[in-house]
Amino acid sequence: MGHLSWIFVSTLLVNNFTLVMFLGLCSFFGVTGKIETAWRLGLANTFVLLLTAISAWFLNAYVLKQTPFLRTIAFIVVIASAVQIVEMAVKKYLPVLFRQLGIYLPLITTNCAILGLALFQTSRNYTLVEALVFAVGAGLGLTLALSLMASIRERTELTEPPMVARRMGLVLVIASCLSMAFMGFAGMGSAE
Amino acid sequence: MTTATAPVAAKSDAPAFDPGAPPPATLFADVWRGIGKENPVLVQFLGMCPTMAVTNILANGFAMGVATTFVLVGSGLFVSLFRKYVAHEVRITSYILIIATFVTLADMLLAATFPDISKALGPFIPLIVANCLLLGRAEAFAAKVKPVRAVADGLGMGLGFTLSLSALSSFREILGRGSLLGHPLFGPRFEPWVFLMMPPGGFLTLGIACLAVAYVIEWRKKHTPAPRRA
Repeated sequence: MGHLSWIFVSTLLVNNFTLVMFLGLCSFFGVTGKIETAWRLGLANTFVLLLTAISAWFLNAYVLKQTPFLRTIAFIVVIASAVQIVEMAVKKYLPVLFRQLGIYLPLITTNCAILGLALFQTSRNYTLVEALVFAVGAGLGLTLALSLMASIRERTELTEPPMVARRMGLVLVIASCLSMAFMGFAGMGSAE
Repeated sequence: MTTATAPVAAKSDAPAFDPGAPPPATLFADVWRGIGKENPVLVQFLGMCPTMAVTNILANGFAMGVATTFVLVGSGLFVSLFRKYVAHEVRITSYILIIATFVTLADMLLAATFPDISKALGPFIPLIVANCLLLGRAEAFAAKVKPVRAVADGLGMGLGFTLSLSALSSFREILGRGSLLGHPLFGPRFEPWVFLMMPPGGFLTLGIACLAVAYVIEWRKKHTPAPRRA
């Protein structure tokens, strides 16, 4: 049990997917204008992460043993299908959310966090339970990072930064500070 | 751009969000666009994950740039070759498959020739698949032009990517480690700026680069008379 909770805390804070491992930065910079959209996209990502973790585990256990060179291709196809399923489900049952997320929902496919999760899970030889905990930790970590970033950016909307910082400069410096804060968690245990 | 005269005939068949076929241009312009005006890292902010994750030392950044260039050129060529046979509904999946194939090739080549670098980059080579730059170029450019132009564009984007990554990683390696490509540059009394080697240093380095680019753009706007910008 201690092992599982360590995996969870480690992916949620110490090795936060977005701020420490640099995965999923496109949505991190693209969708964090408003906090509402940000945390919802985080939860959608969490769901896709869970689906991916399960399917990647089964692929690893039964299919990819014989054909390890097909790993990248197999994973990306599985992810693309999972995203398609989520997209259809959201469109049917949560049409408002579907409109809010817009292009970023199908773009979850090219979110490195998802593929990264499948690859890390493979290289660390996680069991199914470990993989599930890993996926939930990663997803919540992503949601946390997105919401933090969005709440800061909502505040900076009201300020007037110098002209040169209007585009991405300010956002990147904020991200750097956030990442620095997360480095503090490294004291909780050695990063892998 | 050399052919600014063409009043772009590519608007007829495209829906509103579709950028349509790119305007005709010389091959040189196709290559140059990726390096300068539409630089993927500094202007378009595509492919941020590898940009920050692997640029802690120059060797890694450069290797990542070369691998991405290889995938860009290869996938551009094949996406363009198959552009008339791929059904519109499954195009994204097909592009992703083409890209994934080239990424697997690049991964194997790198592991066979430079095992050290391959180990240092770890999962970030397979993660090239998820680099938005590749899908972006396939969808916006390669799928709409002849193979030669697609290859030129891939080469330009790849070179722009490699150059930016090399610049960022040199900055981080020189200041964060006091060395370049593993050769120490300063004497033993140099105190390395370790912060730059850690994740927040990546964000900060790109932030500084962005501020610099924005500064240049602002400066140019101020110092160029308006009608000359065409």
